[in-house]
Amino acid sequence: MGWIKEHPVLEFSHKKKVKFVFDGKDLEGYEGEPIAAALHANGVTTYRKTKRMDRDRGFFCAIGKCSSCFMVVDGVPNVRTCVTALKEGMNVETQHGDGQVALLDERKRR
Amino acid sequence: MRETELLVVGGGPAGLSAAVEAASHGCEVMVVDSDLALGGQLIKQTHKFFGSESERAGTRGFKIAEILLDELGQLKGKVEVLTNTTAESYYRGDGVVGCMTDEDNYWFVKPKKIVNATGASEKILPFPNNDLPGVYGAGAIQTLMNVYGVVPGKKVLMVGAGNIGLVVSYQLLQAGVDVVGIVEFLPNISGYWVHAAKVRRLGVPVLLKHTITRAIGENKVEGAYIQAVDDNNQLMGEPQKIDCDIICMSVGLSPTVDLLWQAGCKMMYVPELCGYVARRDNQMRTSNADIWAAGDAHGIEEASAAMVEGRIAGLGAAHSLDHVDRVQFGERLGMFWQRLDNLRAGATGEKIRCGVGKCTCQAWEVD
Ligand SMILES: Cc1cc2nc3c(=O)[nH]c(=O)nc-3n(C[C@H](O)[C@H](O)[C@H](O)COP(=O)(O)OP(=O)(O)OC[C@H]3O[C@@H](n4cnc5c(N)ncnc54)[C@H](O)[C@@H]3O)c2cc1C
Ligand code: FES
Repeated sequence: MGWIKEHPVLEFSHKKKVKFVFDGKDLEGYEGEPIAAALHANGVTTYRKTKRMDRDRGFFCAIGKCSSCFMVVDGVPNVRTCVTALKEGMNVETQHGDGQVALLDERKRR
Repeated sequence: MRETELLVVGGGPAGLSAAVEAASHGCEVMVVDSDLALGGQLIKQTHKFFGSESERAGTRGFKIAEILLDELGQLKGKVEVLTNTTAESYYRGDGVVGCMTDEDNYWFVKPKKIVNATGASEKILPFPNNDLPGVYGAGAIQTLMNVYGVVPGKKVLMVGAGNIGLVVSYQLLQAGVDVVGIVEFLPNISGYWVHAAKVRRLGVPVLLKHTITRAIGENKVEGAYIQAVDDNNQLMGEPQKIDCDIICMSVGLSPTVDLLWQAGCKMMYVPELCGYVARRDNQMRTSNADIWAAGDAHGIEEASAAMVEGRIAGLGAAHSLDHVDRVQFGERLGMFWQRLDNLRAGATGEKIRCGVGKCTCQAWEVD
């Protein structure tokens, strides 16, 4: 979907472009901006699949209040990607069902 | 365990105003906000605000946020700000608040007093496929395009012709996105006439007495069905297929009051304030003597009123901590109420006046 190029009222001052990985694919976004916004700009709209019905879920509130945008980020499940800042080299994955805290422990041990 | 005199939860117009007021009286303040940036809903607003002169009407929303942040910056020594930090729990036994920074860093703070200025969350309507990606809240669309400059989609169906629906439609057009239509269940446009005139002039059809009945799509929105409703609010005629990739919901907000429930504050359902809110006295204090609330979290209204309520809550908290003497407290409280009454005057303020009247008591038996 991309980023807005010209706007009559607003000027956007993005920080530097960084690379990140989404489900094994290399994508680019702006550092410090929400992961979900960067994904949306790259045309990605499904962030997780629900547990029982396997339904697609994406953005909804964008203010960290609805749980629609949960993803697995650097091994941590249930990350609210609408209020989590993108960093260089992040590994972002579609979350399937409930997150597994075991993944978190493994990451901490490493 | 961290400690602070006053914890302000939420850094929107209400929370920032509470922090500025309290800190200006010498109170030590900690502000936490879930978002990556302060300013709440204000930083998404590109239009010039309504309200009164003293509440900065005529200034664009995001500029008002800049002014508030400047004021806060001048009180640096007194105020600590933590963004990307959500206050998630309140422990009644000892008044401790559990916070989360990033998504996995948990810590506790013990404040002497709390101002809850957590704003609101968006409502959704029940219809098949309303969970598809592409059905977004109006606030989410604003965040994407006005804060982060991301194109939200190509063709938007707007649901709801209140001020938010109208303003966001106009903002979408400004960003070069097509708004295929606005559907509104009511027989009239509830938003301000100026906002409606602007979008109509740009050729956006406003379909009154219409509603959305279904979103179409497998993995994301590829269209929608809308249908007319009759005088008894029953569907009538044939459903009409709309080509769109975004369905923007602007069907109202409800106050975010989770912490207040946890804290055992006396709550009340007030339809005019759009949901459950805490009962309060005239300084915005809840039935829990250590907790105040302000802004949309105390009833859905406007940024202008949120800023004054924040001031009152900040003043009340500072007073209870002996940073303000009785005379000054009384004077400032009276001045702020004058401003609130001005904002709520006339026919447009009637609903709010009625709602606030229902949940305000003269005084709690505290202290
Ligand atoms: C499209 C649109 C147009 C508008 N136009 C106008 C207008 O012309 N004039 C006007 O006066 N008003 C207008 N408003 C309304 C105005 O923006 C809101 O009433 C106002 O922002 C409410 O302020 P607040 O501080 O109560 O809440 P918010 O601005 O919502 O701020 C709440 C803050 O709290 C944070 N938060 C929530 N929960 C937690 C938690 N548990 N821990 C930490 N942080 C938390 C959130 O991240 C957020 O930053 C408009 C609103 C919209 C959406
Ligand atoms: S979109 Fe609602 S929590 Fe992220």
